[in-house]
Amino acid sequence: MTAKIEYKYDDMIHRCFRCGYCKFPTDWSTITNCPTYARYRLESFSAGGRLWLIRAWVMGEMEWTDRLAKIVYSCTNCKNCEEKCPISFSDNLVNMVVAARNAMVDQGSIPSPVKDFLNNVHLHGNPYGLSAKKRDQWIEDSNIAPYTNQEYLFYVGCEGSYDTRAQTAARALANLLLKAGVSFGVLGNQEISDGNEVEMLGEEGLLEELAEKNIRQFKELGVKKIITFSPHSYNVFQNSYPKYGGDFEVFHYTQILPELMQAGKLEAPADLNMKVTYHDPCFLGRWNKQYDMPRKLLKSLNGVELTEMERNKKSALCCGGGGGNFYTDFLGGSEDSPARIRVREAHDTGANVLAVACPNCLTMLEDAVKVEGLEEKLAVRDIAEILNGTVTT
Amino acid sequence: MNTVYNALADIVGEDYASAQIEELVTYSKDLGTSKPKLPDYVVVPANTEELQQIIRFANREKVPIVPLGGGMSLAGIAQPLRGGILIDMKRMDRIIEVNEKSRYTVVEAGTSHGKLSAYLKKHHPDLMHSMPDAPPAATVGGNIAIHGQGDLAHPHGFNSDMINGLEVILPTGEICKFGSCSVGSGWFTQHPLPDMSFFLGWGGATGIITKVSLRLFPCKKIREMDMFLVEDPELIPDVLYDLTHVGMAEDLAAFSGAIPPFSNKLHHISIFVSGDSEDEIEFKRRLMYDERLAKYIENGTGGIVATAQDIERPKTSKSADWKKGGGFEYVGSIMPVTAYAECYRRGVEISERHDIPYTVVGRVIGSSHAMMFAWSYAFNRADPATVQHAKEALHETDDLVLGLGGTIWKPAVYGQQIVMEHMEPNTLQLMNNLKNMLDPNGIMNPGNWEVA
Amino acid sequence: MFELSFDENQCFACSDYDCLTKCQYMDINVDTAKAEMGKIINQEESFVLRDCVTCYACEEYCPNDNHPFYLIVQRQEELDLAPLPEPLIKRGVQLGIPFRGEPEIPQIEGSALNLGVFSQLGSLTQGKLFEGLTIMSPDSRKMFHFFCQLMYLHYARTSVINEKLPGVIKTITDHGADEVIHYHDECYGTYASYAPAFGIDVPFKSVHLFEFLYNRLLELKDDIRPLNYKVAYQRPCSSRLSSDKYPFVEKIFDLIGVKSVEREYVGENALCCGATIAGQKKKGSRRFCLDLQEKNMADMQNAGAELCVFNCPACMQTLGKPVSKKGIMPIFMSDLCRLAIGEKTT
Repeated sequence: MTAKIEYKYDDMIHRCFRCGYCKFPTDWSTITNCPTYARYRLESFSAGGRLWLIRAWVMGEMEWTDRLAKIVYSCTNCKNCEEKCPISFSDNLVNMVVAARNAMVDQGSIPSPVKDFLNNVHLHGNPYGLSAKKRDQWIEDSNIAPYTNQEYLFYVGCEGSYDTRAQTAARALANLLLKAGVSFGVLGNQEISDGNEVEMLGEEGLLEELAEKNIRQFKELGVKKIITFSPHSYNVFQNSYPKYGGDFEVFHYTQILPELMQAGKLEAPADLNMKVTYHDPCFLGRWNKQYDMPRKLLKSLNGVELTEMERNKKSALCCGGGGGNFYTDFLGGSEDSPARIRVREAHDTGANVLAVACPNCLTMLEDAVKVEGLEEKLAVRDIAEILNGTVTT
Repeated sequence: MNTVYNALADIVGEDYASAQIEELVTYSKDLGTSKPKLPDYVVVPANTEELQQIIRFANREKVPIVPLGGGMSLAGIAQPLRGGILIDMKRMDRIIEVNEKSRYTVVEAGTSHGKLSAYLKKHHPDLMHSMPDAPPAATVGGNIAIHGQGDLAHPHGFNSDMINGLEVILPTGEICKFGSCSVGSGWFTQHPLPDMSFFLGWGGATGIITKVSLRLFPCKKIREMDMFLVEDPELIPDVLYDLTHVGMAEDLAAFSGAIPPFSNKLHHISIFVSGDSEDEIEFKRRLMYDERLAKYIENGTGGIVATAQDIERPKTSKSADWKKGGGFEYVGSIMPVTAYAECYRRGVEISERHDIPYTVVGRVIGSSHAMMFAWSYAFNRADPATVQHAKEALHETDDLVLGLGGTIWKPAVYGQQIVMEHMEPNTLQLMNNLKNMLDPNGIMNPGNWEVA
Repeated sequence: MFELSFDENQCFACSDYDCLTKCQYMDINVDTAKAEMGKIINQEESFVLRDCVTCYACEEYCPNDNHPFYLIVQRQEELDLAPLPEPLIKRGVQLGIPFRGEPEIPQIEGSALNLGVFSQLGSLTQGKLFEGLTIMSPDSRKMFHFFCQLMYLHYARTSVINEKLPGVIKTITDHGADEVIHYHDECYGTYASYAPAFGIDVPFKSVHLFEFLYNRLLELKDDIRPLNYKVAYQRPCSSRLSSDKYPFVEKIFDLIGVKSVEREYVGENALCCGATIAGQKKKGSRRFCLDLQEKNMADMQNAGAELCVFNCPACMQTLGKPVSKKGIMPIFMSDLCRLAIGEKTT
């Protein structure tokens, strides 16, 4: 037996019954709605199994190993387990995993990909380790102004700024905002990571540093309202920044676009002709309970037929990119990787467009489409791209 | 890595075979009070072919194998008693066929009850199977292997009474089919072929079930729950006899518990009523309450608590968390219904001695031919003293089951010993012979049903 | 310990015996009423004690506030003539036992909104109508500490009410609120009618929910847009204990622009939801309750009701689904008021 570890949820980590409800979606139709369990089909990678391993480690029954850390860090924090768990501690399941990560960070024993992720954010303000100076290269249109006290700060995030595929979607969104005459500005290469994934990965110290830097910068610039491209940014600004003194009005863009369309400031593209299925991002859906607005948006477009995947809304299967997995890739390398399962599901609906509202989902699902050989059949598009008319199938 | 691991990885792929401590520890633990028992390997086969190769290898090398379904038995039946290879059956979960007109489904044994239930609801809403109270992760194969019961226990019996056919892999590696499927006909009946049911109730000690043909039953449009109540436990067998005589209900279960207070020292009977119309259901209620049970109501010894309540399927076991401790285990027994009152009284007494709020339930099987009577003991996983209390209460209860006139349902080693001590010697001898014949190298979940 | 203040001379001097002659569930003429009332007063068995369905209405019918219903219930207990089977009575009494710890008693400044045992209805108490009120009994784990106990009038157990009520009153009083608005009509009846009738002291001021809603709507008059619905009101049994507040129903309806349909079973003639009748010992009770509910709902339907407005959560639990199956939308009065000021309800 090794020594007991200091752990924030000492009083409840034992309460998991391993009943397995956490593996299922709301309608019980499949046992593989926990993305890590879907990938590995080993009990150790299920939500309940992970909690029992965390308890064994924290109690000193098991030693830390690289594999244990991988199991703990593979969780994408999608909250499917919290939806289904019947025990009254269910809204702390993800917190318990994050707390285990806090403990590992404190010990200095985390998997190398996670170490890299965090170091890169710390040194360069993004997980990719790319130069901070190049963060504004996604901006091609000189009409996208730097933020100088406009009504909204448009916060792009790391993926939108650096990932080539996500950059396209970020530009589409910026273009929509320009077309609608929204008063906004961006931070360009002054923007740094929002810290959502850093929080999920257990580095509280780094989150605090990022939050304080961001809040100071935003306040100095007079920011009151923020539109985010990514639901991950939305989540951390809305739910975590207040405790560091950040009290901004935060919107995900799917909350802004419908108003603009209703007010006639934004016109839907006229000649759409597509069958679309919408993938709920975890940080907009289960984390922040927003399922309807993106659907309303899509349904309101002429020429768009909206169809639902079997697992949708609260039951949506996570794309597998959360918890830094879009970078650390603990869930890749198999036809049972959640992103691949998800695109097969999307294809099964007969849709030719898989609509997303998150750059994380965008990159994960587009890669999966390629691996599945579905490029001719299924296009993955951000809602902003659909509205911007920049969809070619 | 060694040869066993390599052999397993060759069969199922590296992703699905593990000798790593994280898997071994995870799979060593049962959800109840049993102490952990580590396997040496964990493997998750995708289909019958892979499983057969694993079994052949294990038989050749004389390595123990232990099949695991949902792991919901709470009795530690799927814990490896002698190490070896733990085989997680849950990847083998295809729903192969649903035959509407003959009302059956063929599924791989690792199919979860949740998945089957959802599938039928969506694609065959006129059909249902008997769904156990266990969480939806419980598997069809595992549940019939322990002679489980579900929400059609009344009127249709054990879930293992609803089998039209089985596919099994013997410990020596042969694949066998039982029932009409074995002669090339569909999977619609087990009788009248020669009886070969050596694979149920054996704790996986005689072979691994890979496919099950399960009977399906009519699923009516409306299904509701009523609740009847008596105070005197001696009345329970009478009320249940009355209700099973009327034959209009589904799933009858009598329960009593110290918590919440409303159920303390009282006996509720939950009664499922279904129908394709309100008229059908009202007709059934009239027969049950206004005619047959009226005598209890009018003399004030029994009463209708509620009718037409929603049924939550699958059920969630809140009693697991009574002590905010994430744990409970129960002794399940198969009893004559007439034993209810005594079973209840002993349950209260044992629970109180161990400082556990008593929880008992008796679920009718068939037409009151028997009941599954369970004494449930909650514990706090973080408090070893409560785990010990629960264990002692469980053992005490195991000891008294046969004395009360019943037999232990899904016993683990402790309970198996008790049953075998009481067993008729010729039967025991035959059991032993069968086990040795099927499993000459003693690899199939060894330690279970071993005659001394 | 607590005694019912009942003046038998008033009954002896009574000529109409409205309490029994107006009963909707027993067919009693004046002579029979006089005789049976005599028996009841004398603690003798009477068919009235056996056949009473416990709808509370006679509390309202008596012009002298002489509490005939409380007397009936008391006698039922004394003579062991409870309308419900014994196991159901035990269950009811045990149901009210708090078992999940002691409640928090925050000090409340101003007005409190007491949810009683309906903590789950906290989600209904949002919006401008309830602004500024502090919720009492917000935690469903502790709600039985706030249980007004009056349900036991259906169980022939005034003894249980009298035993438990002082403790509940103390719990409420300890919050120190200036006044307590009771979400549940029956709670109001307990503190405004039952407690005084039995001489149980109630140190706090009680406000009826509908009076509160009406006054609040007056304050928010500019926000009201007439709803123009045709509504039926499901009058709960407990409303008979506060008949002086009954006029607020129509006052609220007028203010928010809904029209009460012309129906037979309304006001004094209102039919109870039947919740406690279904399990009664009397032969045929289950069927009787269903028929009663059918009668009630047919009455609403025939009068053209679009909505059925509920006061009591227990009535809602009993009749909510059945009325919606008839195409009438069930809605709590407080939710109706929220709609009237343009707020969305769940």
